[in-house]
Amino acid sequence: MFAVLPYLAAGWIFLIGCYGLATSRNLVHAVVSLAVVQSSTYLLLLAVGWKRDATAPVFGDISPGAPVVDPIVQALTLTDIVVGATVSALLLALTIQVAKRHGTIDPEEIRSLEQDSGDDDGQ
Amino acid sequence: MTTMASELTGVLPAILIAGPMLGAAVVMIAGRVAPRWFDDALAMVVALGSLAGGCWLTGITGGGRIVEWIGDWQPRHGQSVGIVLVADRMSAGMVVIIAGLMVAVLTYSWHFLEEVDTTYHALLLCFLASMTGFALAGDLFDAFVWFEMMGVVAYALVGMRVEEPRSVHGALGFGIVNTLGASVSLVGVTFLYARTGELNLAAVGRALRAAPTDRLVTVACVFLMSGVLVKAAAVPFHFWTADAEAVAPTPVCALLSGAMVALGVFAVARWWWVVFAGVVDTASMRHALVVLGAVTAVIGGIMCFSQRHIKRLLAYSTVSHVGVFLIGVGLLNGPALAATGLYVAGHACAKAALFLGSGVLLNRFESVDEHELFGRGRALPGTGLIFAVGGLALAGLPPLGTWLGKTLLEEAASSAGATWVVPIILAASVLTGGAVLRVTARVFLGLGPRPEDAGKSRGEQPEAGPFRMLQIVSLLGPGSVLLAASVALAAVPAVRSGAATAAAAFVDTPAYVAQVLGLGSPGPAAAAAEPVWTGSGVGFGLAAAAAAVVVACLGIWAGSLPVAVRRLFRPARVVITGLHAVHEAHVGEYVGWLMVGVAALGCALVF
Repeated sequence: MFAVLPYLAAGWIFLIGCYGLATSRNLVHAVVSLAVVQSSTYLLLLAVGWKRDATAPVFGDISPGAPVVDPIVQALTLTDIVVGATVSALLLALTIQVAKRHGTIDPEEIRSLEQDSGDDDGQ
Repeated sequence: MTTMASELTGVLPAILIAGPMLGAAVVMIAGRVAPRWFDDALAMVVALGSLAGGCWLTGITGGGRIVEWIGDWQPRHGQSVGIVLVADRMSAGMVVIIAGLMVAVLTYSWHFLEEVDTTYHALLLCFLASMTGFALAGDLFDAFVWFEMMGVVAYALVGMRVEEPRSVHGALGFGIVNTLGASVSLVGVTFLYARTGELNLAAVGRALRAAPTDRLVTVACVFLMSGVLVKAAAVPFHFWTADAEAVAPTPVCALLSGAMVALGVFAVARWWWVVFAGVVDTASMRHALVVLGAVTAVIGGIMCFSQRHIKRLLAYSTVSHVGVFLIGVGLLNGPALAATGLYVAGHACAKAALFLGSGVLLNRFESVDEHELFGRGRALPGTGLIFAVGGLALAGLPPLGTWLGKTLLEEAASSAGATWVVPIILAASVLTGGAVLRVTARVFLGLGPRPEDAGKSRGEQPEAGPFRMLQIVSLLGPGSVLLAASVALAAVPAVRSGAATAAAAFVDTPAYVAQVLGLGSPGPAAAAAEPVWTGSGVGFGLAAAAAAVVVACLGIWAGSLPVAVRRLFRPARVVITGLHAVHEAHVGEYVGWLMVGVAALGCALVF
């Protein structure tokens, strides 16, 4: 049971983030929901590399051959966090611009604003 | 001299990525003091260098691969901890397309985008580097990082004009949907790493084929493929496309439509043959991709034909053609892949030329609305010619590159027993070509009844200052060179045989694995029969172009048809209204559709 718990948690976080995105009425909330989805991938990566009774993969004070968790997934998680931070920063910057130009960050309202200003794609 | 040349070819893939990166850094630093022409010149030199490097790589790869382990972390006994770049002729061809479009776009931006600053050039060079990196990556996580970087640069480029409300909103939707797609892919990467302990594509594939298949691998395949299908703009992952491309600066649209979406399809093909072939059930994958492609082709075509905003129309035509790419890749055989490669190249030329042409309209008339522009394009015969030839290229008129790709693809489909896709491919060509020809006739010739709202301005922001003679050269140069390149694709026999060798090497999984992991000589490159086009293929192409003209005329004069005939179109009108209703949504609904797509792909592959 304990072995699958991290995977279940990662799946739950992924789905709850997607739910947040799909139902979002606020762009800041949407960007944070996206960050939640990304966090699920951090947890998933770490869960894959986890080993019982193993320590951190730093060989300064432990002897080679001692059980350690997988360092590769930790490096991947770190990279993933950097990528996630970049994306969140950019998307939040765009959200600020949306708020400045439209005066609202509700996607529904923005949509109707844009349609009023004549962006009908129909015939 | 020879050793120097061979040393240089060994590091060429890394140079093709590092060069543009370095160029971006130099532009950012020097551009603060240097004048605008310096940015233009430096970016152009780098893009031309990439183009030359890509062409060279395409020439020397032949039926083999150039494998470069970064930092010389060579594999020992098939085990490696290094990161690898792999160039084969197909990925080198992608680099040529990317760099070629970049050169065209920079030539255009030189005179058409006057208000842009240093950041624009730096972002374009980063885009070049990340797309090249994605095409050459031989490692799953590496590919994911390039994928994200390509995305982030693209979001910034789409939302570059921050003073435009629609521009920032389009970029935001694009960003959210694509980042979610990347996360979905990363879940797939993690599953594969969990199962095999490898990230290198060749090593993952080898490990999967050595062990009994299980469902986790199929699920990983679903997640990986879904993520890149978002970038490829396949239905139902495509909703970001029109929103982003309607508002992005037109040169950026040319790059997104010509190169980035094609890279999504490229990744599907690469990952299938190296990682999943022989592991995931081939028949279900074939069905899934071909059906997905057919649906994408038809829905994209209908949406394209029913637009009047020219950039949206072109964006949906890209969606429709992505459907054709997916059908080609989805047949999962070498000849179809070779045809798809040619089609991708021909489409990139045509679509980039069309987007640059619509940029001229935006620039001159501050509008890209077909009805408003009615008859006003008569002053721009050169642009009109580019639109006409571009429209015929989308319809697949011989001897344009799209025609060659299409006719070879139709033959490959028929010999693979999937004759039913031929009319679908034809529908995509006729609808998208017809839509562009309708625009050409209305805007540049002023044919047909005058639309009610003609001449009313909707206040699109122009992208440049006053119109000048030099600007015309700046468009007609890249536009006509792109279209000439499209003709050359079909006319030069070496391109055809080159594509066949490229595809044969691409689908030769054992040779890829052996060469990347250094497991002995891969043996002679698989021989490929040179694809030949037939007289009936030419006839078919002419018929498709004629059909596109008829459809364009129908679009213009539908209102003057007798009532009895118009009644026949009523079901079509219902379908179009329904599709438009689905597409008028916000980002939350796009996410919902993305989940539906993942679930559908999952059902198709797992059960």
